Amino acid sequence: MTARSEKSGALPRQWLWLLALIVAIALPWVFYDWGHHRQSGFVISMLSQMGMMAIFALSYNMLMGGAGLLSFGHAIFFGLGGYSAIHILNGAKAGTFPIPVELVPLAAGFAGLGFAAVFGYMATRQRATAFAMITLGMGELMTVAAMMFHNFFGGEGGVTTDRMIDFSLFGLSYASGLQVYYLIVAWTVLSIIGMAFLTGTPLGRMANACRDNHERAQFMGYDPKTVRFLQFALSGFFAGIGGGLFALTYEIVTFDAVAAPLSANALLMAYIGGSTVFAGPIVGAVLITLLQSGLSLLSNAWLVYVGVLFIAMVMFAPTGITGIIQAHSPIARTGRMRRLVVPYLRLVVPGLAVIVGVVGMVELLSFLTIGAAQGKTLVLFGRTIDVNTTAPWIVAAVCLFGGGVWLRVEGRAFHRVWETLTAELKVSAP
Amino acid sequence: MKCQPWRSLAFGVLALLAVAARPTNAADTIKIGYIDPLSGTFAQSGDQFLKVFRYVIDGINARGGALGRKFELVAFDDKTQPAEALIALKSITDQNMPFVMQCSGSNVGAALIDGVAKHNARNPDNRIVYLNCGALADELTNEQCDFWQFRFSGNVGMRAQTLVSALPKDLKSVYLLNQDYLFGQSIQKDTKAQLAKQRPDIKIVGEELIPFGKVKDFSSYITKIKASGAQGLITGNWGPDLNLLIKSGVDAGLDIGYYTYLSHLIGGPTAVGENGENRLHSVMEFHENIPVEQNNQAMEDFDKGFREKNAFDFSEINFVTMLEMVAAAVDKAGSTDALKVAQALEGMHMKDLLGNDTYMRKDDHQLIMPYYAGVFVRGVKYDSEHTGLGWKTETKLSAADLAQPTTCKMKRPAS
Amino acid sequence: MEVFLVSALNGLVYGMLLFMLSSGLTLIFSMMGVLNFAHASIYMVGAYLAYETSRFLGFWPALIVAPVICGLIGAAIEIWGLRRVHHNGHIAELLFTFGLAFIIERAVQMTWGMIPVPYRVPELLDFPLFTMYGLQFPAYRGFMLLISAGMLVAIWLLLTRTRIGLIIQASLTHPQMVSALGHDVPRVFTTVFAGGCALAGLAGVIGGNYQTTEPSMAYAMGPIVFVVVVFGGLGSLAGCFIASIIMGMVQTFAVVVDGSLGDLLRPIGIALSSDNFLGELLTIPLARIGPLLPFVMMILMLLFRPRGLLGTRDT
Repeated sequence: MTARSEKSGALPRQWLWLLALIVAIALPWVFYDWGHHRQSGFVISMLSQMGMMAIFALSYNMLMGGAGLLSFGHAIFFGLGGYSAIHILNGAKAGTFPIPVELVPLAAGFAGLGFAAVFGYMATRQRATAFAMITLGMGELMTVAAMMFHNFFGGEGGVTTDRMIDFSLFGLSYASGLQVYYLIVAWTVLSIIGMAFLTGTPLGRMANACRDNHERAQFMGYDPKTVRFLQFALSGFFAGIGGGLFALTYEIVTFDAVAAPLSANALLMAYIGGSTVFAGPIVGAVLITLLQSGLSLLSNAWLVYVGVLFIAMVMFAPTGITGIIQAHSPIARTGRMRRLVVPYLRLVVPGLAVIVGVVGMVELLSFLTIGAAQGKTLVLFGRTIDVNTTAPWIVAAVCLFGGGVWLRVEGRAFHRVWETLTAELKVSAP
Repeated sequence: MKCQPWRSLAFGVLALLAVAARPTNAADTIKIGYIDPLSGTFAQSGDQFLKVFRYVIDGINARGGALGRKFELVAFDDKTQPAEALIALKSITDQNMPFVMQCSGSNVGAALIDGVAKHNARNPDNRIVYLNCGALADELTNEQCDFWQFRFSGNVGMRAQTLVSALPKDLKSVYLLNQDYLFGQSIQKDTKAQLAKQRPDIKIVGEELIPFGKVKDFSSYITKIKASGAQGLITGNWGPDLNLLIKSGVDAGLDIGYYTYLSHLIGGPTAVGENGENRLHSVMEFHENIPVEQNNQAMEDFDKGFREKNAFDFSEINFVTMLEMVAAAVDKAGSTDALKVAQALEGMHMKDLLGNDTYMRKDDHQLIMPYYAGVFVRGVKYDSEHTGLGWKTETKLSAADLAQPTTCKMKRPAS
Repeated sequence: MEVFLVSALNGLVYGMLLFMLSSGLTLIFSMMGVLNFAHASIYMVGAYLAYETSRFLGFWPALIVAPVICGLIGAAIEIWGLRRVHHNGHIAELLFTFGLAFIIERAVQMTWGMIPVPYRVPELLDFPLFTMYGLQFPAYRGFMLLISAGMLVAIWLLLTRTRIGLIIQASLTHPQMVSALGHDVPRVFTTVFAGGCALAGLAGVIGGNYQTTEPSMAYAMGPIVFVVVVFGGLGSLAGCFIASIIMGMVQTFAVVVDGSLGDLLRPIGIALSSDNFLGELLTIPLARIGPLLPFVMMILMLLFRPRGLLGTRDT
């Protein structure tokens, strides 16, 4: 098994988190549309989505990275939190359930906690594959139930609300997406603090222990079932918070919010970002949101890129992006990073060539069979390309194969340098 | 900061792609943001309609467009999810597009009505009109009607009326089978209402709601239909739910008529094939043999042009009506300002390509248009999807016939 | 009575198709612990290959060609993909097959388009076999039963009478021991993976014209196959067979039942309305939720007997 991080919740790198927070607050203004004197709605939407998904992916990693539980139905609690938030908001507007807008995600979180306790009681009686399959079955059930029943779920059309309920702790109307975005940032920070804190508690530690060796954990006197159950319920709480924010942002929740593709998203984000580092899922959430919302605007074949990315990560970087970054930390600490600069630079050009080759081949193929019929013209890297000539195909093929071979050579050289460095570290470290 | 070459690389490439692959902005076109599934399981709907729109828009632009400007379609992928459609809507309003259009899925349609209404209320300087070309549930122009939405496709009620009016006189018992979601339930409800109104002599011997998209083997349903003794099956199913149902029925040798709402859409004729001869019926805006029946050469030429480019039937004559009406509204309003265009659009009368009267009703923003009931037979001039069989008209109901009452209480903006 | 018999027969046909599809996955899952999300995608590829083959060579060669190609694809996936990923853990293998499923679906869409292809039942088999209570039973379904039964017998013979079969059986339950005894377990893995994919391909050939052949086939069949594999239990083909038949019957019979749970309560005098949530839940007719029953059964099985019906190992 891969080595697991032993970092506690209180991170020594607080300056890095602070920087991230400042960036998050400032980003909308970077993309401000000076010409029309307004925010870019699209950028704010995407950033809001990143915030929600970060909370969702982190809560998922409480199960996967924290407790070793692979769940295929985590979206259930995100979605149920969202549905609850919609009903709560409608109740607030009607006067039957007065609650300020800022606390709606908290209420949704408690709803998620409740549902997770109910579902979790059944699911956590098992572990490993049995647990995964139970959650898969639950996910399918919830999806169809959400489509069929009208009272709570609104059937296939879902349920809607209006977030402008005139009751806010800060006197905000939440008419603009920017205000909602800052609320999301606030809740993301709170959730991160909460989940980070949990990783350092005895529950968090025991979850890690059960993940690594559940028999031994049992011998220590803790019941792994209880540990799993508590971890599951708490992860449902945070997923519910994410769902509440979703409800506030889009003001509509449909069965997609409990469905399998969303659960799969959580898995992908947590894995690609890196499940061994606390901040991994956040990185994964940012990247996947960029891919899903941004890349699909550029190319119809974005699903292929997602598939290729996963496979590449799975084969070459199973610890995720943050895992790779973290692997550099001992090298950086001992001041040896400089020796990696040149090897990295030598990887850049062949790496770019391979990417250009892959993108080129996929886009050319996709255009040939689908895009042409849709009447589009292929524009790649600023140039209009005629698919019927051989030139672009040759260029793409050369980039792909030539670049691939070159990358392999450089990769081996890089690997040698890496091995040398790690060997040196072993010798020099106490 | 740590050295993070891979991330910088990835970002660099993404930025590159972002800059590079942006569609070239022709400065003076009227943009329509089109949202539909373009990837994933339901991609065939979005793909089909995209091809139809390209053909139609090319025609309108050739005739000059509106206000001297051409129309441009900008497609967005919603992956059949309302949340994705709302993100696409943000992008569309960001680019100041005056129109957003959507044709598949009543759940997305409902979300868009809501989203557009809220956006327009919160951003009065950047309003947008929603052209609904295919979200068919009745509710969207009744309980959920909205000033900013215009539906350019016949709703379930209109289609139900047409279907029931075309049922043969000797049909005495029917079985209703539909998908268990907003649209299917709407069909079930309206079909029963129309049967009670037009054909009280027909007995409903069974009704069924099946889980949407989940059933792979319809033999048990066929058994039930057979056991009930029904002479006809009425269904609003589409996609695999329709194709498998009919296949099952034909395989079992079930000798009944299939009265469908949507079997004329892409893939339907292929899936049924010659087993549908004289048995398959559907309700459509148009089929390719109507111009032959009406000796309308211009329309026949329009059709031939379409058939040369595409492997499936053209039936969306209402898309042409929609874009013609929009062009006329923009011309009348003198700008693409959403309020002015909406006010010009409601109440507009126009003749469709076949010369029939249609109008955009002011009360609920539903296009009142004619519908045809057709039967799938051999020996017609144009066959469907290379099966050797094609559609023949059984009944036509004009726009005047189909102007049904509405419960819409529309709130109109003052300015 | 007629409804019962007709449904039983149809349930049997559907169950056998499920068995064809899940047997491969059971073998793969039991031996390698790999949750192969791409298994249903191979099924889809098999159907498309059969369509192409039947266009140029006819249906009968497709019965050989498509499974062979699928087997080769499976071998390639195993050798160049899964084997490298194996040491990264089960989640990594799962994600690998996940990404693979995406790519295969897109590749199929790019090659054959997004609408269903007209893969039809061959002329020779397109006649009614017999008539039962006024409904015809198509000969093609009889053919399906024949092929799947033949396949079941062939697998059984292979596993019990041949040497490689015995090794596979042993590896199903005790992979480490088999390796310790000196057998080339990686090669056995590749063989089993390729064999499983070939079975899925064969299921695709048969099932592609029974259902419709389109890019969403894989997404539609995927979950039910997992249910069958888990319900039947790891390490047991017999369990997989029984589970497939049970699931096929359950789904077929549930449809013909028109009652709901609420109907059970009515004789006691409790009348339920569908206005509130609980009432809605109990008055929904069983026929509407039929396709959900397998998932409910799977969850119940996993809760009370996690090794499945006849499983030899814990899941």
